[in-house]
Amino acid sequence: MSEGWKMKSKTIRRWSFIHTWTSLICTVFLLLLALTGLPLVFHHEIDHLLGNEPQLAHMPADTPQLNLEQLVAKAQAHRPGEAMQYLAWDEDDANGVIAIMAATAGTEPNSSHTFMLDARTGDAVEMPSANGGFTLFLLRLHVDMFAGLPGKLLLAFMGILFVVAIISGTVLYLPFMRRLKFATVRQDKSTRLRWLDLHNLLGVVTLTWALVVGVTGVISACADLIIAAWREDSLSAMIEPYKYAPPLSQRAPASELLTIAAKAAPGMQPDFIAFPGTRFSSEHHYAVFMKGSTHLTSHLLTPVLIDASTLAVTAIAERPWYMDAMGMSQPLHFGDYGGMPMKILWAVLDVLTIIVLGSGVYLWIVRRKT
Amino acid sequence: MKPRQSSFWKVFAIPLGIGVLSAAGLFAALLGDGGWDSLSWVGLGVPAVIGVWGLFKRRG
Repeated sequence: MSEGWKMKSKTIRRWSFIHTWTSLICTVFLLLLALTGLPLVFHHEIDHLLGNEPQLAHMPADTPQLNLEQLVAKAQAHRPGEAMQYLAWDEDDANGVIAIMAATAGTEPNSSHTFMLDARTGDAVEMPSANGGFTLFLLRLHVDMFAGLPGKLLLAFMGILFVVAIISGTVLYLPFMRRLKFATVRQDKSTRLRWLDLHNLLGVVTLTWALVVGVTGVISACADLIIAAWREDSLSAMIEPYKYAPPLSQRAPASELLTIAAKAAPGMQPDFIAFPGTRFSSEHHYAVFMKGSTHLTSHLLTPVLIDASTLAVTAIAERPWYMDAMGMSQPLHFGDYGGMPMKILWAVLDVLTIIVLGSGVYLWIVRRKT
Repeated sequence: MKPRQSSFWKVFAIPLGIGVLSAAGLFAALLGDGGWDSLSWVGLGVPAVIGVWGLFKRRG
């Protein structure tokens, strides 16, 4: 054997070591993510079946809507003593306004209460799926394993190991498949060889999808850090003049917020409003988050900061690249942007990934025994 | 150098094609509904179908 070949086999051993250990460390967590992620792909349908989705009353199509301050008053009457955190617009029903309230505006998201307001009557409709129940339980397991920020960061780290395992696995695909035709699955030699071939085949066909879902998952897991960076970076500069301002005493009515924001950011659509004191606004501002009106830009949000006592526009924030990355990560991770066929394909690719993970562990155990 | 390069392409040509299709599929549905969605079903359908087919190929 030539010197070059020896180097090669040393390289292969190195990549093999990387592949084995990055995979083994992350596999348990990745199995948890893939198994909880599978039903979450269909969370909308599941919540619907369980009757946990809000249902608004049928009324004539041209029934006028209340203005935002009237809706806020209705929400506050529904949950007296609590602070309004966010108002958002339902994607399915144009008359559905989602309200998020909590003990204080700054209360962390898991302690908030989410419900829907009928924009025509201001009637509150409960949204059990947003506050508890089966899919939210799965979501918490999937997002942070009920361990808050440390849980998210641990899962983000496992996601990085998963990406390294995918890359090293792809490098190893070459020496393993050098003498084999694509999609060869040796059926008659041994169970180990059959699963080795399947591991290689399923691994390589799911490669791109798994990389994209893995990387976007890592980005989403770092959302808290990304939002903190945005507050630090972008928001704090915009609200610099308010640094020594006295605390907000009287919140100006929210009624005209959408008109003001539309004027400040023409051609964009409102996505949600952050009320003063939340982590998406400042102590002195409403922040109306506007989304682009094309398909692609609808995932990118531009906040319009509106002074909460004078209703003057303080700033139209620039979008830092990391906020855009976070915005684009969501559809690419959830698989909810291409109808039911895409959800089914997402589920199939997820199951194939579970098989890759399982066969990887099997191949490691079998190799240890021989 | 030459034989190694050819073995690279021999091994990676099809996986690379599948990867490009998957990426196009992932991206297409971000651009619009209707036709764009159908494109994404084709792009992601190819890896899904090949994977399932490999899994259920008859023994022997």
